[in-house]
Amino acid sequence: MNTNSSAKRKPNYLNPYFGGVLLGLLLLTTFFIAGRGLSASGAVKLSVVTVVNKIAPEHAANNSYYSKFIPEDGGSIMFNWLIFGAIGTFFGGMFSGVVYGRMGKLRIEHSPKISKRTRIIAAAVGGLLFGIGSQFGRGCSSGAALSGTAAFSFGGLLVMALMFGIGYVFAYFFRKLWI
Amino acid sequence: MGPLIPNEIITGQWDFVIALLIGGAFGFVLEASGFSSSRNIAGVFYGYNFVVLRVFFTGMIVAMVGLLYFSYMGWINIDLVFVLPTYLNSMLLGGFIMGLGFVIGGFCPGTSYTAAAIGKIDGMVFAGSTLIGIFLFAEFFPLFEGFYYANNLGNITIGEMFGLSNEVIAFAFVVIAIVAFYVTWLIEKRVRKNMTEYKFE
Repeated sequence: MNTNSSAKRKPNYLNPYFGGVLLGLLLLTTFFIAGRGLSASGAVKLSVVTVVNKIAPEHAANNSYYSKFIPEDGGSIMFNWLIFGAIGTFFGGMFSGVVYGRMGKLRIEHSPKISKRTRIIAAAVGGLLFGIGSQFGRGCSSGAALSGTAAFSFGGLLVMALMFGIGYVFAYFFRKLWI
Repeated sequence: MGPLIPNEIITGQWDFVIALLIGGAFGFVLEASGFSSSRNIAGVFYGYNFVVLRVFFTGMIVAMVGLLYFSYMGWINIDLVFVLPTYLNSMLLGGFIMGLGFVIGGFCPGTSYTAAAIGKIDGMVFAGSTLIGIFLFAEFFPLFEGFYYANNLGNITIGEMFGLSNEVIAFAFVVIAIVAFYVTWLIEKRVRKNMTEYKFE
């Protein structure tokens, strides 16, 4: 910690417990203002609904999933709390990257044991699974696991336990991706 | 008093400005805590970095205890705070699929936005793929609609499930979190001694 070499190697992250307290206070503020928690995958869902509804409105109207999210009064799908939240998340992350000097050119981060290509395939598969899983789970790590559990939802706790638990169950099989 | 929007203390277009600000703070905290790196995140599964557990659990117990405190002080009507409904079958499957996606992809949707925002292509690919995943889910939705809605327990809380009060549940989470912080700190120290692949960046 106080030797020069490790100081150089340590990136400039918040103390995780301090970061956690900030996250908790933010979540509490969100509950206090909106009566519900944080979300990330909801914006992606609404974006998909919007695109499908633009390209094939009849198909969207006849599909019992898309149609759940299309306002009956013809209002905009994208003019929604979730969309603005996700835009904020992107720029908030960018702001932090600028502040802490992590904003950089386009790059792929991966373990030295795997190629860039492998990492990209893994990221694509992971994203695909998260897209599907978050719909079954009524939210992702933010909406279901974190916000759900913090608001004492039993379902939120289930999703959180499964998400981390299954990660551990399968960690052995995917260890080459990381260690 | 609170929650402000359901109680119509804040109305109209302010919603979206607030959503933008809250989202911004969320992205900032995620990135600043190190969640823009999939290798930091995946460390939780291999014992070399428990930052996810520390930030996530601390955030959760602060919000839980804070919610009870706000309710006790009469600042918030806790009955108006959204309790995510529990659809047993569907959520078990969803958690399973996301766990798999987590250990393979190393991100979740929120963290992938922050990784994409600072220039990481793997973050962009992850975020882009969630679009495809949701599209596939929706296209095939009629096939498993019954499963999706099966075993609906409604907006049930953890306490109601186990016959305990929210206060007891929050206390249990705090105790579990503190024990987990200590145990994972010991594990991490041991694992890091033998790590060469990961440079803690």
